[in-house]
Amino acid sequence: MSVAQYVKAFTLWEFVKGHALTLRYFFKPKATINYPFEKNPISPRFRGEHALRRYPNGEERCIACKLCEAICPAQAITIEAEPRDDGSRRTTRYDIDMTKCIYCGLCQEACPVDAIVEGPNFEFSTETREELIYDKSKLLDNGDRWESAIAANLAADAPYR
Amino acid sequence: MTAFFNTTLGLPYGWAWAIATLVGILAIALPLMLAVAMVIYVDRKIWAAMALRRGPNVVGPFGLLQSFADGLKVFLQETIVPSAANRGLFLLAPIITFTVALIVWAVVPFQPGVVVANINVGLLYVLAASSLGVYGVILSGWASNSKYPFYSALRAAAQMVSYEVAIGFILISVVMWSGSFNLTDIVEAQKSVLGIPVNGFFLNPLLFPMAVMFFISALAETQRAPFDLTEAESELVAGYQTEYSSMSFALFWLGEYANVILMCALNAILFWGGYLPPFDWAPLYVVPGIVWLLLKMCFFFFVFSWVKATVPRYRYDQLMRLGWKVFLPVSLFWVFLVSGVLMYARVGVPA
Repeated sequence: MSVAQYVKAFTLWEFVKGHALTLRYFFKPKATINYPFEKNPISPRFRGEHALRRYPNGEERCIACKLCEAICPAQAITIEAEPRDDGSRRTTRYDIDMTKCIYCGLCQEACPVDAIVEGPNFEFSTETREELIYDKSKLLDNGDRWESAIAANLAADAPYR
Repeated sequence: MTAFFNTTLGLPYGWAWAIATLVGILAIALPLMLAVAMVIYVDRKIWAAMALRRGPNVVGPFGLLQSFADGLKVFLQETIVPSAANRGLFLLAPIITFTVALIVWAVVPFQPGVVVANINVGLLYVLAASSLGVYGVILSGWASNSKYPFYSALRAAAQMVSYEVAIGFILISVVMWSGSFNLTDIVEAQKSVLGIPVNGFFLNPLLFPMAVMFFISALAETQRAPFDLTEAESELVAGYQTEYSSMSFALFWLGEYANVILMCALNAILFWGGYLPPFDWAPLYVVPGIVWLLLKMCFFFFVFSWVKATVPRYRYDQLMRLGWKVFLPVSLFWVFLVSGVLMYARVGVPA
């Protein structure tokens, strides 16, 4: 060790420098946000909780083409369909097992009518497993509740599609 | 206080002394327990702030009640004794750690005359009692009958012995300069060091390196980062506390943090003027000495947390190298230096 190294070692130079750095960090603003009260902004492409959308006249968009069911890599979607009394093709059953879903977004990519979408909501934890097996009414209800946010996100992302 | 119970309340002297001592002990132990709770909270807050995190902030205003919530949780849990453990020693170990952390406070002077036991060999008592602390660790590691606690106990034994040697020499140089083993006298000897109106031995260029070394040894003695090898979670799970749960675990924590606060107090008392104000200036003496002592302890606790947030853990051989090949020779040399200077300065003066 050279003389300079001895001086550095015995004056604890590196330690003093390190502590100066941490003291600067001590007075810096916090990086963590106060989560339940503050939230980070999320992208319009954010893939959260699923929703089935409706047309403005209240008619449901889904035409039971089952493309989402076919493409779903986790096989989380189950659809049953039969013609309605007015002759249009609609689902009688549309279930998503949220415990299987991997939030890949392929269902919304596959959907020709923008019926199934993944909305901006990510706070849907439950206390029981059964509550995470979503049926059609739950999904439509989600669509009604989040429609304004979903429509805004789709509009924001539209120029890039 | 003995006089109060003896003459005012008319108790016989023996009883008056016993009650006065008990009151004194409670007056220290109860605030100390409260202080430990707050200090754990402050420790977590400082550590979090240096990592740009927020730390506990949910329980109570600013999370102030976090430690009490933790304490309550721990209190309600079941004490699990492993079937292979030596039951008696297993339960005795946390009690030893906790008790030993408390008994040293008997000699800590909070103000001139305000001390439970103003004994002449106060510093020796401190050294003896803090050496006993290692028994709690060794017993818990051995009685757990589990490999990681055992390794941890071995490490703790070697570590505390190594650093106590250095601490002993550091304390000898302080004792030589102040001419007393009594902690109150040591504090009083720090008034206006070298004729400069600043209170504290740290100003003495001969004793300042000792102050730094004592601080580092205090970190090692209390097993704080970077010397927390006994509970190195990446290697030893939780060290000697691994098999403990509930109140026996809480006693370890209380004892450990009580020791940390004690080491903060000793740093303040031995090198930074104790209950004396920082400057030897009459208006500052209006503030009660205990306020100055608490302020200095708070500062040292901040530095303890600061070090914990900054420095990575030593490797075990580095720890031993620092203790035996750096601290021991340097402090030994310093004892010669200090005694030499004192002898030279006293030429012709009868000892």
